Amino acid sequence: MASSDDVAIVGIGITSFARSEKSGMDHGVDAVRKAVADAGVGWEDMQFAFGGSSAAGAPDTMVSRLGLTGLQFINVANGCATGGSALFSAVNAIKAGMYDLGIAIGFDKHERGAFRINSKNSGLGQWYGETGMALTTQFFGMKLNRYMHDYGITEDTLGKVGAKAFRNGAMNDNAWRRQELSEGQVKESAMLSYPLTQYMFCSPGEGGVALVLCRADKAHKYTDTPIYLNAAVVRSRRFGSFEVFSRHLAPEWSAGPTVDASKAAFEMAGMGPADMDIAQLQDTEVGAEIMHMAENGFCEHGEQERMIAMGETEISGRLPVNTDGGCLANGEPVGASGLRQVYENVLQLRGDAGQRQVQGDPKTAYTHVYGAPGISGVTILSR
Amino acid sequence: MANQVPVEEGLFTWPSDSPRLLGSRCVDCGNHMFPRQDDCPKCAGNNTQDVELKNKGTLWTWTIQGYPPKSPPYVGDVDPKTFEPFGVGYVELEDELKVEARLTLNTPEQLKIGMDLELVMIPLCTNKDGDEVVTFGFGPAD
Repeated sequence: MASSDDVAIVGIGITSFARSEKSGMDHGVDAVRKAVADAGVGWEDMQFAFGGSSAAGAPDTMVSRLGLTGLQFINVANGCATGGSALFSAVNAIKAGMYDLGIAIGFDKHERGAFRINSKNSGLGQWYGETGMALTTQFFGMKLNRYMHDYGITEDTLGKVGAKAFRNGAMNDNAWRRQELSEGQVKESAMLSYPLTQYMFCSPGEGGVALVLCRADKAHKYTDTPIYLNAAVVRSRRFGSFEVFSRHLAPEWSAGPTVDASKAAFEMAGMGPADMDIAQLQDTEVGAEIMHMAENGFCEHGEQERMIAMGETEISGRLPVNTDGGCLANGEPVGASGLRQVYENVLQLRGDAGQRQVQGDPKTAYTHVYGAPGISGVTILSR
Repeated sequence: MANQVPVEEGLFTWPSDSPRLLGSRCVDCGNHMFPRQDDCPKCAGNNTQDVELKNKGTLWTWTIQGYPPKSPPYVGDVDPKTFEPFGVGYVELEDELKVEARLTLNTPEQLKIGMDLELVMIPLCTNKDGDEVVTFGFGPAD
């Protein structure tokens, strides 16, 4: 039973992640309206907000559209963990006893094509972008190429993960890419950054998500199906880890922020990987999903080859992964992705995921984001 | 032959017939860094000295940039009709570090983890003064 200092999610809102004429801020505002309605409350009931966006404006300006209620509204920008950081901050505001009811918001809208990186502002030097190395896609290709070499992951497995994402996305009304693609179509699309093809990568996109949170002991005021947040953790990189935009790597090796965040989250929740019924794992590209299965403790390195061949990560499998189609089918609006994963887990734990509902009455669910400049966020939910 | 200029001062010795990458070594803990920096992320000290890094190494991992990068920031050829895919990899310089660099090889058939490579200069573009802008990269060792 949840104690009074635990936190529950009592309202959820999401917008369609399909490309549209909407602004990023429109996505944020729409998601907030849906989330407060889902909790059966109004914007004026929100005591605080943490809002995250990396490319779509200052989140707190949305009060001019939602209502000037005077609430504490704090903007969060933390690279690819922006949404996760907004959630982490909201959870702690409640845990600290400062507030009973508030909202975490994440939204974004990016230009088409690969992310344009200002390497000078990122502290990498102007030459890094000028010489054609400031591309996130190169990191993912290089990390995966070495991983396949070390652990025997094959191109067929890359194709299978892509096909699964688009199969799941086809069952998600809010997904951007809703057309199923075969393993062959995924493998044979244009080679962007070896060994990764066009349909093995997610694309920068748009969307918004909001989550209404409250003190767990008050959750039943708002909903019959509160979902409890057992852990929310954000970690940055340690010396020796292999991260996006590393101009050099040390001879030493450390496992990276995902491993650290995962361990800390399991410890905080008092659970382990075997206790998780569903996992949403950062799938910037198909290899990321594969590598993150092991980095989050769900298998040994290399074991993914067999697990994926056996269909264990399908919605019908032992450990369903990325049940809403992940970033591959939903795109990557940086501020929104982490909260999209949590939204999907809340739907699944409520039993409201429709066609893509995981069977067997799931009770626990895991989310993981990873991104620049070497940052990871993990949550564990239960009902 | 056009005059050659480095994409940025301080990345490698220039002018030079046999350029070397310019890095830093932490005097306190021995950690190597590229490009040069004053602080050491390993021991959190700030006692570093400039060093010329080894110009030969082995390929640790690689990819191939298959589409034109966005310009800006990229200054090389971005015309889809003439763009040539280029290799990018981490090259392990023994006892120093793995440096991220462009590669002169650009096909999966040519690129193998563990292969021997050496430092070369790679032309990027011609600047407004008519000079050829070059950056560092690695190609097959003799």
